[in-house]
Amino acid sequence: MKLKTALLGAACAFAFAPAAFAERGSDGTVNVLYAQAPSTLNPYLSSGTKDVENASIILEGMAGFDEKGVVFPRLAESVPTVENGGISADLTSITWKLKPGLLWSDGTPVTSADAKFTYEYCTAPDGGCAQASRYEGITSIDTPDDQTVVINFDGPKPNPYQAFVGGTSPILQKAQFANCMGAAASTCTEQNFNPIGTGPFRVVEFKTNDTVTLEANPNYRDPAKPAFAKMVVKGGGDAESAARAVMQTGEFDYAWNTQINPELQAQMETGGKGKFVNGFGTLVERIEMNMTDPSPDLAEGERSTTKHPHPILSDINVRTALSKAIDRQILVDIGYGNAGRPTCNLVPAPELFASDNTGCIPHDMEGAKKLLDDAGWVPGADGVREKDGKKLHILYQTSTNPVRQDFQALIKDWWTELGVDVELRNIDASVFFGGDAGSPDTFQKFYADVEMYANNFDGTDPEPYLASYLCNKIPGPDNQWQGENINRFCDPAYDALVAEMGKTSDMAKRSELAKKMNDMLTKDSMVIVPLVDRGRLSAASNALGGVNLNTWDTEMWNVQDWFRVK
Amino acid sequence: MTDATTAIEKPASQMRAIWQQFRTHKGALFGLIVLGTLILAVVLGPFLWVPEKMSVAKAIMLKNQGPSWRFPLGTDQLGRDMLARMLDAGKVSLAVGFVAMMIAIFVGTTIGILAGYFKRLDGPLMRLTDMFLALPLIPLLLVMVMLFRDRIAGLVGPEMGAFLLIVFAIGVTSWMQAARIVRGEVLALKEREYVLAARSIGAIPRRIILRHILPNVVSPVMVAATLGVAEAIITESVLSFLGLGFPPDFPTWGRLLYDGLSYMQIYPERVIWPGVAISLTVLSVNYIGDGLRDALDPRIRGR
Repeated sequence: MKLKTALLGAACAFAFAPAAFAERGSDGTVNVLYAQAPSTLNPYLSSGTKDVENASIILEGMAGFDEKGVVFPRLAESVPTVENGGISADLTSITWKLKPGLLWSDGTPVTSADAKFTYEYCTAPDGGCAQASRYEGITSIDTPDDQTVVINFDGPKPNPYQAFVGGTSPILQKAQFANCMGAAASTCTEQNFNPIGTGPFRVVEFKTNDTVTLEANPNYRDPAKPAFAKMVVKGGGDAESAARAVMQTGEFDYAWNTQINPELQAQMETGGKGKFVNGFGTLVERIEMNMTDPSPDLAEGERSTTKHPHPILSDINVRTALSKAIDRQILVDIGYGNAGRPTCNLVPAPELFASDNTGCIPHDMEGAKKLLDDAGWVPGADGVREKDGKKLHILYQTSTNPVRQDFQALIKDWWTELGVDVELRNIDASVFFGGDAGSPDTFQKFYADVEMYANNFDGTDPEPYLASYLCNKIPGPDNQWQGENINRFCDPAYDALVAEMGKTSDMAKRSELAKKMNDMLTKDSMVIVPLVDRGRLSAASNALGGVNLNTWDTEMWNVQDWFRVK
Repeated sequence: MTDATTAIEKPASQMRAIWQQFRTHKGALFGLIVLGTLILAVVLGPFLWVPEKMSVAKAIMLKNQGPSWRFPLGTDQLGRDMLARMLDAGKVSLAVGFVAMMIAIFVGTTIGILAGYFKRLDGPLMRLTDMFLALPLIPLLLVMVMLFRDRIAGLVGPEMGAFLLIVFAIGVTSWMQAARIVRGEVLALKEREYVLAARSIGAIPRRIILRHILPNVVSPVMVAATLGVAEAIITESVLSFLGLGFPPDFPTWGRLLYDGLSYMQIYPERVIWPGVAISLTVLSVNYIGDGLRDALDPRIRGR
């Protein structure tokens, strides 16, 4: 007996996965804390991350994104590609094949009709589907047999992994939602609060804006999973108390989005009950340089427009020197700790599209000073550099947020040392990001010399994101200040690359183009000065195994693989 | 009333009488000492305590230090000396508090007296007061900041511009209570015998107001003023927090408090210092007001 136990122990150690021996429901209950409570479990009726995350425990799509941003099959047998014939050569259709023998949690079979219904459900008029963008460009869905789903697009789609891929577009059961089309969608409370799914858990009880109680789905396709018999997702509180509940009191096994300052992170980690897990997506905190003149002396309607180039920031030497003078590692240590890392890229991920540009990371104050000296910007009597009667005076604005104000203080110190006179301004976030064309304080109007904020792109494909730096997307009075090209960057060569990428489907080629465009905006022109690659930070108990934070899909993407560490 | 007439002939003795009465109020005396110390500290402090100049990288090494001889109040999350920041911040907060209060009291008293004394002005002025009471402060400030910030900053620089704007904004949105209190008092006072007597000998309204009415409404005005100081300091903190106030590198007590909030658990002193400073100021100003009210009121004085 003893020998047997020892052997079993050794096997465990070798396999390094106790879950492999576990059977469904053998590990008891797992408790998860969401600082924001879910209000519905139908992701098509809410764009809130909390709702999508919670729904993804119950509902699944054909495929999902793994932690590297790569598409992997869920309900589908395999991921269709051009090579295996799943995507047509002209990129206008994609064919998904369901795994055989799939069952809904109520025991009925999953068929292609469910997928087609989901598309119709989300695109029904008056339905107000929150995820309609996932189904954009689809002309029709064909179901030649019960296992096959063919999606036809209105034109070539280089990135067809939109519909039925990821937590934001799961497949709904036709039988359950058939009467909830269009305007009736939000009235189907029973269906929206208790959707029948194919995921590892099914709903036992849902208290809106409070708690979701789930149990293992008896019809889940892998008979050994999930290891937990019950799952309780509690909502409410704030990031700090959520982190505490996992890291210090141990009441919960997992807490979602525990973005707290590095000091607190370090303090809580000494508790020894849990650890912070992080994952990096595409969110980059950056300084944007204004290529146009924001001077208040100019007439309204001409301020910060392409009519007047910026008097000092038009000089690339100034922009480069400003970037060199910043020590990004210090910014990360102060502001984000484990949840950030220095970056020089606008597109820091996925790996396929990330440029190897790291030249900005070493702090080089002397180099920055020399660059300005050589370019003719010499210190005046008051220590502020000047050239041709123009002083290096910079108005630096951002939204109101404690971390951003710390960054402003630090960067101001560095720039002052460089010989730049810096004026700081912070604006309430709801105004700054509000997009009101009547307000002078929005980030689109950019009535400042430089501004700092963070932005990311949805999904794994950077094409639409990079296309926002086209010449014709410059915000101005003629388009109600609604462009996305905040810096007023304009380069015909760049526009040509964007057009080329729109026609390219070969992944290697796309990656090369994306990297080239990223470099044009960052290291070649210094129009965008990336500072910190901001990750997601969640807290997981040491007693919970199998956690793998994923920033491309929901954090609950692999909840079926979670197990209790004994 | 004979007391009052002799007092007018010899102002010095009236001052003494007020001081005598004020001294008997222990809380007020304590408040005066504390407030005096705070004002002295923020005015003279920056000359006596000059923090050492450090590069960013060096300062970062010294972040979050506790109190020591080198940093009497410790350092903040960026390694800045808290004492120096507290002194700088106090100068701004106290100045905002007192100047805004003075504007509010001046406007409030003027409108209150005019409305109370001149029947014809009563209606329009009180409706104006109602209108201001109905104005929400924050949206009004948003508009003011939007319209005037750049222009004022261009004239007097960003810091002074923000100061003028904030002080003016708080001043013009907090005079209404004072106006209503004063009007009520004036309505009662103007029917008193001595006012009638003054009128009967042909005194002009200006003289009656300045000589007979104003000194008698001083005590409620004082109370309103002391409350106003406290409110102005707190409003300023709110504004700075919303990003409508001073530039972020320009510390005020309110801003220090908000900055320290996220570190409260680990470094409680970060919120205690500015918190104590604000509370002490507000408390001592209130006590001084209390003492002054007693001292200035001839009916209480001398009892």
